[in-house]
Order: sequence, then C-alpha cells, then structure tokens
Amino acid sequence: MEIEPVIGLEIHAELNTKSKMFCACPVVDSTTAEPNTAVCPVCAAMPGALPVVNKEAVAKGTKVALALGCTINRVSIFARKNYFYPDLPKGYQISQYELPLAEHGAITIRTAAGERRIRVRRVHLEEDTGKLTHVRTESGEEYSLVDLNRAGVPLLEIVSEPDMRSVEEAKAYAMAIRQIVRYLGVNSGDMEKGVIRFEANVSVRWKGSDALNTRTEIKNLNSFRALEQAVTQEIARQSELLRRGEPVVQQTMGWDDARGVTVPQRSKEEAHDYRYFPEPDLPPLEVPPEWVEELRAALPELPYARFRRFQEQYGLTAYAAEVLTAERAVADYYEAAVEAAAPAVPAQTVANWVTGELFGLMNQAGVDIAAVKVSPQALADLLRRIAGGEINNNTGKSVLAEMFASGKSAAEIIAEKGLKQVSDEAAIQGWVEEVLAAHPKELETYLKGKEGVANFLFGQVMRLARGQANPKVVRQVLMRNLQERRKSLDAG
Amino acid sequence: MQTVAQILHALQAGEISSREITADVLARIERLDPQVHAFLTVTPEAALQAAAEADRQRLAARRAGQTPPPLLGLPLAVKDVLSTRGIRTTCGSRILDNYIPPFDATAVQRLKAAGAIIVGKTNTDEFAMGSSTENSAYGVTHNPWDLERVPGGSSGGSAAAVAARMVPVALGTDTGGSVRQPASFCGVTGLKPTYGRISRYGLIAYGSSLDTVGVLTQTAEDAALFLHLMAGQDPLDATSMDVPRPPQRLEGREDLRGLKIGVPREYFTEGIQPAVARAVHAALDVMADLGAAIEETSLPHTEYAVPVYYLIATAEASANLARFDGIRYGPRAQAEQMWDVFFRTRGQYFGPEVKRRIMLGTYALSAGYYDAYYGQAQKVRTLIKRDFEEAFEQVDLIAAPVAPTTAFRIGQHSGDPLSMYLEDVFTLPANLSGVPGVSFPVGFDDLGLPIGMQLMGPHFQETRLLHAAHIYQQATDWHRHQPDLLAGD
Repeated sequence: MEIEPVIGLEIHAELNTKSKMFCACPVVDSTTAEPNTAVCPVCAAMPGALPVVNKEAVAKGTKVALALGCTINRVSIFARKNYFYPDLPKGYQISQYELPLAEHGAITIRTAAGERRIRVRRVHLEEDTGKLTHVRTESGEEYSLVDLNRAGVPLLEIVSEPDMRSVEEAKAYAMAIRQIVRYLGVNSGDMEKGVIRFEANVSVRWKGSDALNTRTEIKNLNSFRALEQAVTQEIARQSELLRRGEPVVQQTMGWDDARGVTVPQRSKEEAHDYRYFPEPDLPPLEVPPEWVEELRAALPELPYARFRRFQEQYGLTAYAAEVLTAERAVADYYEAAVEAAAPAVPAQTVANWVTGELFGLMNQAGVDIAAVKVSPQALADLLRRIAGGEINNNTGKSVLAEMFASGKSAAEIIAEKGLKQVSDEAAIQGWVEEVLAAHPKELETYLKGKEGVANFLFGQVMRLARGQANPKVVRQVLMRNLQERRKSLDAG
Repeated sequence: MQTVAQILHALQAGEISSREITADVLARIERLDPQVHAFLTVTPEAALQAAAEADRQRLAARRAGQTPPPLLGLPLAVKDVLSTRGIRTTCGSRILDNYIPPFDATAVQRLKAAGAIIVGKTNTDEFAMGSSTENSAYGVTHNPWDLERVPGGSSGGSAAAVAARMVPVALGTDTGGSVRQPASFCGVTGLKPTYGRISRYGLIAYGSSLDTVGVLTQTAEDAALFLHLMAGQDPLDATSMDVPRPPQRLEGREDLRGLKIGVPREYFTEGIQPAVARAVHAALDVMADLGAAIEETSLPHTEYAVPVYYLIATAEASANLARFDGIRYGPRAQAEQMWDVFFRTRGQYFGPEVKRRIMLGTYALSAGYYDAYYGQAQKVRTLIKRDFEEAFEQVDLIAAPVAPTTAFRIGQHSGDPLSMYLEDVFTLPANLSGVPGVSFPVGFDDLGLPIGMQLMGPHFQETRLLHAAHIYQQATDWHRHQPDLLAGD
C-alpha cells in the first residue's frame, strides 16, 4: 500500500516596518548592523518599560491576512508566552493565542500534480527574539553574546491546516507565501537574512485513510532547501516506522543545517508549558471593519490572479506567465512595456524579449529588475523600431545589450553606431552591382541554372552592407538584377 | 513640617527658599531616618544642587514676570519601585542591588517637569509584595508612631517618611492597598487613583492589571495637586486613559450636602478591631453632620477578593519578574551552564516572599490548572467589578475601613503569610475593580496608633472622594497629629 504524508507549515515572516512591534526602535538589518545599536528600554526589557502596539505592523499583518483570504477579527488579544532564554529579554514573548489577528484563509498552490487549495488556519502578530552568537576562543573558552537588535521586530506567524500531501506541495505553499508577502511589500523575502522561517508538522498514513496520526514538529528551517530536505527525511523515517508497524513518537526536532539532518529536541513529556495568558499591558487590539475595507481596497493584484490573467489577456504560456508574475516588479515591468509597445508589438513578443534577452542580461550582470537601466518604455521603443523595420532582430539584441549597459536609448545607440537599416533601393542596387562584379564565376554558375547560388550572393550583399541593409529589400533587388541578367543572356 | 500647599505658598511669597526647605528635609532625614529607616537611598548633593537651580529659576521667572512651574523647588521622596533616572532603584530587592535606571517613570518625569526635587528613594516590600515592608531586602521600616511596629506596606517607607515629617510628600504605588494601608497605619493621607489615570511607565511591574501610582501626603488637598500633575494619557503606556485631568484645586463645595455615602456591610466583619470600627463610624457621623447621607450598601463578593487577588497578581508577577535573569542588569550568579546562571541568579537574589508569589502565579497559569485558578479568578474579578458598578448606581461614594487593625508588631505575621494576606481584604477590591480610593486619618486606638478610613468612588471620580476627604479634614484635626518621635521638633 502507498503511504501519504500529511504536512502543515508554520511560517514566521518579519514585517519590514519602520519601527519595532512594541517600541520606537528602528528595524535594522540584524545580519549587518552593529550589535545592540537598535535597542531601547522597552525591547531590552528594562524594569518598568511597557509595550505599545505599532499600528504599521497591524496594517501590514492585516494586509497579508487579507491576501490569504482570512477573516480579520475585529478584536484580537495579545498574550504572553512564557519561557526563559537569553535572547528573550522579558522572559516572555508577546504573541497572540486565543484570539489571533485573523483566521480561516486559503491560497491556491501549483505543483506538477496540478492546483490545490491549502487552508490557512490563523495569522497572528508577535515579536521576534534577539540573537545569540556562540563563541569559542582559541584557548577553548566558550561563551555566548547577546544581540538585541532583532528583539521586538514585528513577526507575522502564518499557520496552515495540515493540508499538504507531498514535499512538493509544502515547498510550493511556502514559496507562494513568500511571493505574497513580497508582492505586498511587507517583507523582502531575503531568506539568507532570516526574514522568513519555517516550521513543519509532519505525519504519515496509509493512502486512502483520513487518520491524523502522531506528528513531529521540525523547527529551524531557514531555507526552501532545508524545508525540502528535512521534510523528505522525516517522511522517509516515519514511513519506515509505519511499514514496520512501530509507533511515531510525538516530539520536536531541530534541523541541523550544517549536517543536513534533523535532531530530536524535546519529547511530549518535556514539552514547554508556555503558560499563555492575556497580556495585561496591552488592551485588546481593535481592527475596525472600515479600516479593514480600506486595506482590502488598497491590496495589489495578487500573484495567482495575475498569473491567470497574463495567460488569458496576453495569450502567454503558463510557463511565461509564471516567470513574469514571480515578482511583482517584473510583472509591473512587463505590463508597462506591453502597454508602451502596443499595438505595433504583440504582448507575446514583449514576453519573449523580457524572459529571453532581458533576463539573460540580468543574470549575467547579477542584478534584479529594480536595477535595470532600461525602462519598460525604452524597451518598447526598441521593439517598435524592430517591428517597423528600422533595425533587424539581431541588431536589436545588440542594441538592447548596449542599452542595458549604458542606459542610453535605442535611438541614441542606433544613431551613434549608424546601425539604421538601409532600405533605400538605390543604395542597395549599388551594393548588388558591386557584388555581382566581384563574383563573375558565381554569377555565371547561377545563370547556368544553379538557383542556390543566389543565397551566397545575398550573403555577400549583406556583408558588404555590414548587416544594416533591409534583408527583404536586398533580396528583392538582387533577384531583379539576376533575372535581368538571365533575360539579357537569353536575348543575346 | 508644613504641608505641600503651605510650602509652595511660602516659596511663592519668597518667605523661604528651596535651598532652605531642601536642607531642612535632608536634616530631618539625617536625624530621624536612623530610627525609622524609611529611605533606601538619599541624594543630598543632587537635591541641594537642584534646589539652588530652582531658586535661580524662580528669581529669573519673577524678573521676567513669568509664572514658575507649580512645584518649583519642592522636595519629594519616591518609592523605590518607581524608576528614577540616574538614581539607584532597587525595588527593595537584591536582584536590582545596583540598578540605575536610564529613564524616569512618567509620573516622576511629570513631577520633575513641574519643578519637584527628588531627595531620595523610600523603602518597600520587595517588588511591592507585602503589607509591612518586612519583605524588603534592606531591612524593615519602623512606624514613626511606635518604632516596634510596622508602617504597613508596601509603600511603608513613603508613608513613614511623610508621617515622620521628613518630607511633605512621597510617591507610592498601590497594587492591593500598598498606598492606602500604610497611610492608615502611619496616620497620613494616601491616594490610589483609578487604574489608567496615571501612566505606569517606569513603575516596575508587580501585578500589571492592578498596579497604580499613588501619592502620600498630609492632606487630601495636597493629594489633589499631585494627582492633577501626574494624571493624563501617556503614549508609553497603552493602558493609560484619555480622560480630562482632574482639577488642581478642590473648590466649589463647603460641606457634604447632596452626597450619598454607602457603607458596605461586608466590611464590618468579626475580624475587625473594635477601635477601628468605632473610629470609622465616628467619622461617618462627622460626615453626616457635614450634610452627607449615610446608608448601608453591599459589595457581596468582597470575601473572594483575597483569593482572586492572590491568583491574578501572582500570575502576572510570575511573568513580570521573569526579566530579572542576571543577563542585562543586576547581579549575576556565576555558573558553567546557561540555565544555572538563570536559576542561581534568581535563587540567590530574590527574597522568600517573591519566590513564593512567583511559584504561586506559575502554578495558577500552568497547563491543567489555568481554568481552575487564573481563569476562575478572572471570572470572579468581573463579579467584584460589577459589585462596585451596582453600588455606585445607588451611592456617590463608598466608605470603609482601610485595614481590619491598626499597625501590628514587627514580626507578628512572619511565618504565617496567609494571615498577612488577609490584612489586605478591604483594600484589594478597589484594585480588582480599578476604582479610586483615598485613605485618611480618622482617629487613634487605645495605644495611640492611627486609624484610617477609605473612601472609594466610581472610575475617574478621584476629585469627588478627595473633596469629601478635604471637607472632613477642614472639620477635624486627626491629620494634623504628629508622632511623639517629633516631640522635640
């Protein structure tokens, strides 16, 4: 019988607010900032300091919840989650427990197996912890350093239902969430800086069963690769137990990224009792329905809707639509270029240029769309010139490369380098005559009936014109000349 | 020692300088505090310097024809659970032995902005957990009326300092009676404002949903001025309320006519000392003579106040005190392992009562017990709140004894925490319901120990109760009595 995994994900996404969740300290890049420079009495938990809710964090969290199709609770409650750790200055984390910010959402994910809806159980606001650095000196002395720059940074916890049935689905869901928070501009999505982290709940069962078996929780998953590897390993481990008829023990495991293995942390008996209770320092959080509607109205088009629309409106393949909607900035770029290029250039042609040439140049240079010096309008201008016959396709590619490098317009580059395509029949007649004069043998062969030689002669004319001649006109003029020679030969 | 109103009048009239009054205060502390031990920290140099600066400022204001800040040059003592920038703040605990806050509590900052001068920090039960100051890690404070007795607590240092006339005014905090009960034991006036009236920012938290900043003075009139200056919403405290500040002066009333005062029958139980009941009834007679209508009322859930309080306050405290881990401030016990640093630091530097309450609160919040303890306590708290709401539909004020007894002997309750907890039965309901209360002297027992009475009012009606206390104080002189300790003064 086949075994099926049951996977749920908890995703922690930092919110890129100006200040921290409960104090006025700036949110800084905790991977680069000087330690303990964005710290105040509140986030360092000095005696007597009190938290105050950051409205921007509530707004951003609400936007995400709306994008995930959640119902926003008019009143939600902050709670204290109690545990000791040196990176948790208050000895409790302010989180939400019984009444979260939002509940009951769902998103559509796509895998090779098709589309599926994954339900979102809840979305709640909390604060991040500080960071510990473990040091071992050359003399073998060991100690830990505490950096509180990250302590109190707003964190959104997004909890799914256990709706995923494969590693691919878990990864697709995680990537979809990342894509959504990036679309909303509330999180950079920069996994290396730890602004998004995952925890996976995994259990297995015989396919066809709807049992929810004992699950394990895997913490400390800071990349898609870690998520994929850890869940794959855990499914394999549990599947083996299931086949052997042995029980899975409920436990919390940690992912050891360096070694690429999960390590058991705590069993159920050792599980923390967090002693949640309502945070007395903060009144219930009210999110008025009018505010929710304002935020809803201001939501951008979300990745999945845009993916569908690109296929329908622009006639793109699913693949092209997917790459072009992966990032909001790219999709915006594409649509601006399509608009500026219409009606001369079809949307599919624009898609080919963006996903082919432009992405190629971006990859080579290692930059993202924001750093591209070619505006969508400038790209459209180039494509219109190609469509209008001013330059040919190949020249267009080199012009784009030059535009990408220098930021100059297509017109400037074409003028400077004299790349303008020559369609003038008189000029082309001159080049044709010159070529025919220079290749009497080939001409003779042609006249004797070897039609294929015309292609050679065509190539020679193009070469003489340094690629700038309009190939259509060259072929017309060349053929006319050849036919005239043949006629005069016949007459003679 | 004169009242605040008298000192401010003399300062404004130029009859006395801030330097003189501050030097006088410091001299009294030096003379009396070795016996009373009201102070944990005294800051004479900074205080005298600030006083000299205040005198210069007053002169400059006078020359410029400007009104100086209302408290300019007035010396003040602050309970050692309120953060004072640059001045050691211990909470009566070894775990904050050398802690110097980098900021002022909002209440302190507002008084400093009004020109007040801090002369020192007063003794308290460790983290305000206690009713006698016996739980201070730095030794007990002695009641100025009888040095063998406690001053009450936890703001016992502040109450004793005002009673011994070392300072004209001292800040306290009231989580379960910690301003009103020591005021009663020491024969001074103590105000516990409505929860949310004064910012808690900088008040080192014990029970966050109960903690209030209060003030101890000789008169209700003085308390009104301090309430006026400290009140008002604070962007740093999300539980502070946006309501109009109460007025600075108690004006517009000559007597108590038209005021209905309810006396809850549940507050006159068998455990109450007869002298206390007698004094309270006598005070009510005076109030009736002044025109008040006295009637019986009921607060039926009063008997649950002690268990409800000791579950909620300790639950909150168990989290509030988690930050004292030896990592960022305070002394740190040395250990090889991280967990041992936490456990040893907390084990060595917290006192026994604090540990008891942390354990009690931790237990009340634990999985499997939460509903039966913390959850249930919250439900009963709602009933206690409703008691007050219903009572205040019938009466304007509620009058009651502050404590069942007068000041007890040092050591009398030690070894029996429960009997000590029961001392708080009359003061806890106001904290659980958030209503304001004022305690003021209404007589003495046979041993010459002061007896206090409290008035409680609806939320944000501090002025109503202070005004009633003020009218009473105009008609009586209990608040003017001084302990024999001051006979030579």
